[in-house]
Amino acid sequence: MIELKNVTRRFGDAVAVDRINLTVETGEVCVLVGSSGCGKSTTLRMINRLLPHSEGEILVDGKDVTAMNPEQLRLNMGYVIQGTGLFPHWTVARNIAMVPQLLKWPRERIDERVHELLTLLDLDPAAHASKYPQQLSGGQAQRVGVARALAANPNILLMDEPFGALDAITRENLQQEMLRIQTQLRKTTVFVTHDIDEALRLATRIAVMDRGRIVQHDTPENILRRPASDFVENLIGKQDRGLKLMSLRTVRDLMETYPQPRQPEPGTDGLKEEDSLRVALSIMLWQNWNQVPVFSADGEETGTITRERIIQEGA
Amino acid sequence: MRIWLPPALLSALLYALSAGMPVLEPLFQWVQPDKQNVIYERESFLFLLQNHLMLVVISALVGTLAAVAGGIFATRPSGRDFLPLVSQIASIGQTFPPVAVLALAVPVLGFGEAPILVALILYGLLPILRNTLAGLEGVDATVRQAALGMGMSPVQVLLQVELPLAGRVILAGIRTSVTINIATAAIGSTIGARTLGDPVIAGLVNGNTAYVLQGAILIGLLALTVDSLFEAVERVWDRRFLPQTAS
Repeated sequence: MIELKNVTRRFGDAVAVDRINLTVETGEVCVLVGSSGCGKSTTLRMINRLLPHSEGEILVDGKDVTAMNPEQLRLNMGYVIQGTGLFPHWTVARNIAMVPQLLKWPRERIDERVHELLTLLDLDPAAHASKYPQQLSGGQAQRVGVARALAANPNILLMDEPFGALDAITRENLQQEMLRIQTQLRKTTVFVTHDIDEALRLATRIAVMDRGRIVQHDTPENILRRPASDFVENLIGKQDRGLKLMSLRTVRDLMETYPQPRQPEPGTDGLKEEDSLRVALSIMLWQNWNQVPVFSADGEETGTITRERIIQEGA
Repeated sequence: MRIWLPPALLSALLYALSAGMPVLEPLFQWVQPDKQNVIYERESFLFLLQNHLMLVVISALVGTLAAVAGGIFATRPSGRDFLPLVSQIASIGQTFPPVAVLALAVPVLGFGEAPILVALILYGLLPILRNTLAGLEGVDATVRQAALGMGMSPVQVLLQVELPLAGRVILAGIRTSVTINIATAAIGSTIGARTLGDPVIAGLVNGNTAYVLQGAILIGLLALTVDSLFEAVERVWDRRFLPQTAS
């Protein structure tokens, strides 16, 4: 758990972060979102003490960070930044092994862990472990960046616009990857972005920041339904709020489940349970379907969903 | 192993020429037919070579230590205030001719090896300092931020990340410095240091071109040898730290 109490950060006379209070529960993904210069990155860097805070208190698992040795503190916090910051003179494997090496793990345990992480992030260890960062694509490099942050199994993950420099398709893949990894690992995560869609997608709770203050801290659904101010309303975009709400919910929420899962006939088209309602509606509009079968992750047909239901209850 | 072949061949040639200069007597007789004595004999060439090299090596070691330490200091948070000053000194210092340093050092240190050593150290320090600053400043800020953010101590960041990444540029600075100093050390002969400049000065004073040639050839060959040695070291460095770019 991370708690910020009345935290202020000044650069000279300018106030970058102004008396913010924020609690990030264990295992939750808190996304700090706002335009550039709103203090979101500054807030993140105060948590791992890359920047000192001018006033207030920052507690990690109940302990004041200023009382801890900064290196010890950071070794227990994975850190992912935009542009990856991978070490160009080290191989992928050695980059990932960085923190375990600082913690003096035995060689075999490090090798095993590197292998495990590359596999977790969908990179083939045989093909990529001995490559250098320059030989990777942007998306692969950021996967390695995430793997490096997870290497020593930290409780906390700090991510500073990690996917900001990637193209839209790669970004979406990595977001999906992150959601998948997060359901497995349940890291307490603070994630900084200026992309509200990314925030809505990844967050358990979103903290909207403006000019050094947190203007709203709530779940994605509440942010969309009850924006606290004009600023938040503009940020989420008034026009497509309905569609954004639909992208927060999955087909599973509105499908009609069969009493018994069925074996589908080969070649049947359909949706997956974890598809968002937005995707579902889009596909139904495009294909001009009114009712579509829904499949579970292991390929069984578990129910159906109708267009009417999505339109009536989706948002 | 092929990397080390050029410096090995050049050193062999340098040694052979220094030890066996008299063999070339007919050649120099042809260059300078009007003199009886065409091979410089006041000091053996091997001795001069050894002394010359020693001056260069000592000044390179001291200069490198001082320049790298200075460069590291000026790029740390505590020394950052000095960065503009230090980089200005590094640039302005190079516009100062080495002869002028000698002229200033002689009244203080007298004649002999000491003033030339001071001049070589001061003069050789500058390219190394400039390259150390460029190399350390050239390390990607995100890399440094990631290294610190992941829990490396400042010393670990310096030793494991910054110096390996800046090392290639620093090495290039040392190479420049040493090459310049091999030439500059010869001027030491004018103030009583024993270097390969001796035959050149003696030749100029006596109007004996053969002496001048002998000194000049050996100085040039020494510079080539050392430069090819650095070339080899840089290649080895690339293999070690930048294997993806090495051919």
